[in-house]
Amino acid sequence: MKILIVGGGMGGTILANNLARRLHEELHGGKAQITMLSASDRHMYQPGLLYVALGRMMPQELYRDQRGLLEPEIEFHVDPVEEFGLDQHQVRTKSGKTYSYDVLVIATGSRIFPDGVPGLKENAEFFYTEESAVRMFKRLREFKGGRVVVAVGMPHKCPMAPLEITFMLYDYFKDRGLLDKVKLHYTYPIGRTHSLENVAKWATPEFERLGISYETLFNMKEVDGVGKVVRSEEGTEAPYDLLISIPAHKGMEVIEKNGLGKSGWIPTDRYRLNMEGRDNVFVLGDTTNLPISKAGSTAHFEADALAENLAAMIRIGSPVRDYDGKVFCFIEAGKDRATYAMFNYQNPPNPKPPTRAVHWFKTAYNRLYWASARGLL
Amino acid sequence: MGEETVKVVDATGSFCPGPLMELIAQLRDAEIGDVLELLSSDKGSAQDVPVWINKVGHEMLGSEEKDGVWHIRVRKVK
Repeated sequence: MKILIVGGGMGGTILANNLARRLHEELHGGKAQITMLSASDRHMYQPGLLYVALGRMMPQELYRDQRGLLEPEIEFHVDPVEEFGLDQHQVRTKSGKTYSYDVLVIATGSRIFPDGVPGLKENAEFFYTEESAVRMFKRLREFKGGRVVVAVGMPHKCPMAPLEITFMLYDYFKDRGLLDKVKLHYTYPIGRTHSLENVAKWATPEFERLGISYETLFNMKEVDGVGKVVRSEEGTEAPYDLLISIPAHKGMEVIEKNGLGKSGWIPTDRYRLNMEGRDNVFVLGDTTNLPISKAGSTAHFEADALAENLAAMIRIGSPVRDYDGKVFCFIEAGKDRATYAMFNYQNPPNPKPPTRAVHWFKTAYNRLYWASARGLL
Repeated sequence: MGEETVKVVDATGSFCPGPLMELIAQLRDAEIGDVLELLSSDKGSAQDVPVWINKVGHEMLGSEEKDGVWHIRVRKVK
């Protein structure tokens, strides 16, 4: 049984390590083989970028060597896939090699797509890449006051990022004694302050308590960098001195180019996690089209379920459980308080009042992540 | 006079905010006066989309549910 994992992010890495542990005997007996193809020899802890943007983590802390994270039985190549031959059960890579498989797992992730809004890329600060997060921090350091707008596109990675950056910016300006010179304004594309209704019910009074203004049903149309204003599809305007954006995301280009899914999101069965119409192709994390959060936690819990199922399929010829839609997201509510949202397909989240203890747990998880990636946590 | 041409935007199977995002993208490319019919199987979107249409100032032509699919008709007016 040849298992080929395309993508070395959180989902692919947890799956590979979890499977390697479950299939120890099969891997050593030559009955199973796990191969991973990735675009990079480094693994980034992406949630850490939020802290880089506020000067609380250094970019170097976010990386580990990908090979070093993987169980030794896993064959690993830095050689991104360019062509998917699903009918032939094979892929072709950038180097020109062909890899065949019995089971394919696609976990290529997502990317920001600011180009959909004219002027956004040139005029907004982001924190979704190392370079942009560092640049954002430098802008914040220089900022002396004015109107700060947080503008959000959909869909995007990390559902809590818009709230977290807003609350953390509030504390950042407070600590620097700038609160009386700063006006924070939050915009969100749908008719409430967060897509998860109970999270919105918690966040909206927090905004009101802190004096953070907000506009919902605000979909970015264009950014005028000269007039310093964001115009919305709805006909309203948000003037800014500093524009922070969570841009809309797309799946990876290779997914779109191969016709596997519109905008790079692959149609996926919500319980079995197989690509619709394909029994031997599975999809993890951001790459799915599932109506759940695009978050590392989603990829993590999906990978746990899929590892158990793939191992069971090899051992007893049948999957043993469904993915239940489980997601767990921390929500930083400032510099030293946090809450969390835990939910699945059946049960919506119900965030509790933020505490220091949950923030400390999040801070610890920023380090414990590497145990998760190794499939230990 | 022939019947008005209606462009169907099929967002069935997509969940909030998918249908609204789909409608916004299609309206961006439409001409003033065009009528679009959004199909959505998501109940939340069936509530959100008319609120959005009202905020933007397009003309809401109607919303009805048939077999679990909401048909929301809107005319682009600006």
